[in-house]
Amino acid sequence: MGWIGDSLESIRSIHIRQVLTQAVSLGMIVTSALIIWKGLMCVTGSESPVVVVLSGSMEPGFKRGDILFLHMSKEPIRAGEIVVFNIDGREIPIVHRVIKVHERQDTGEVDVLTKGDNNFGDDRLLYAHGQLWLQQHHIMGRAVGFLPYVGWVTIIMTEKPIIKLRIWQFIRTCKVDDISFLKM
Amino acid sequence: MHSFGQRANAIITFSLTIVAVICSLASFSDNFNTPSPTAEIEVSNFNWFQKQRNGNDEVSLTLNISADLQSLFTWNTKQVFVFLAAEYETPQNALNQISLWDAIIPSKEHAKFWIHTSNKYRFIDQGSNLRGKEYNLTLHWHVMPKTGKMFADKIVKTGYRLPEEYR
Repeated sequence: MGWIGDSLESIRSIHIRQVLTQAVSLGMIVTSALIIWKGLMCVTGSESPVVVVLSGSMEPGFKRGDILFLHMSKEPIRAGEIVVFNIDGREIPIVHRVIKVHERQDTGEVDVLTKGDNNFGDDRLLYAHGQLWLQQHHIMGRAVGFLPYVGWVTIIMTEKPIIKLRIWQFIRTCKVDDISFLKM
Repeated sequence: MHSFGQRANAIITFSLTIVAVICSLASFSDNFNTPSPTAEIEVSNFNWFQKQRNGNDEVSLTLNISADLQSLFTWNTKQVFVFLAAEYETPQNALNQISLWDAIIPSKEHAKFWIHTSNKYRFIDQGSNLRGKEYNLTLHWHVMPKTGKMFADKIVKTGYRLPEEYR
């Protein structure tokens, strides 16, 4: 019985410091990612300031895997703007261009119709059953900036979880100062 | 010394930083371009004009659009999205914007064009306000960069009027 206790003791003494360092470095990554994300939310006023394009409906402008920066200002929606909107009963938000706007005289509410640049028809088929227009509350933000390819990182991670695991393992073997690029 | 992981890490971090700097410089350089686009828009015919069964006015028209958007293109321009919108005010709505035609211009060579077309999207009012309505035709463009900030601007043409009677 004694030798089990001895070896446990020696393993503990070697690893406890290493495990602690790893835990701290993981914590640093998670918290700094959270800080950047929440900070962007404050600056842009949009609940999801960065989105990844998942479909080819806006090609050739936006391809799958491109990243869009969103902004949610008080300025009213106008035709031609690229907006990100949520349809009731659908989980994944859609990035499409506004082609029609009707703004009320008295209340200032807007009715908006969208269409993907690469789609043949407008988006009424995508909307909830019987819905003809989008209102302000459907819209999460408008696209203001664009970065190609970067979103592939998240697409690959969500579709191939094994790679996500590998990356985490890689991070855990690095020291804290080395991982600055992964904090995003 | 340094492990393989640390070396790979350093190289990736450094190259990503350089790419990020180049991207932001490319986006910033767009600010030095002062474009001077021109456009002429003519409504050559009202094909038909009627009230739908649900009470909304709808009109179909034929357009002559000629524009020179070559000056919008810089080395950081991926494409220019251009569209023509009818804009007018009604008693109910402070602003109605109806996209009538749009196109994607992939390169500078295609940025000077002339097109004769009927409206690609339906020109339907919310209500029945289109008879004799005065409206603007606005040519909007959205410049999509290869990377960075998107730009948008427009040319407004005023003084267009729809027919007084359905036809």
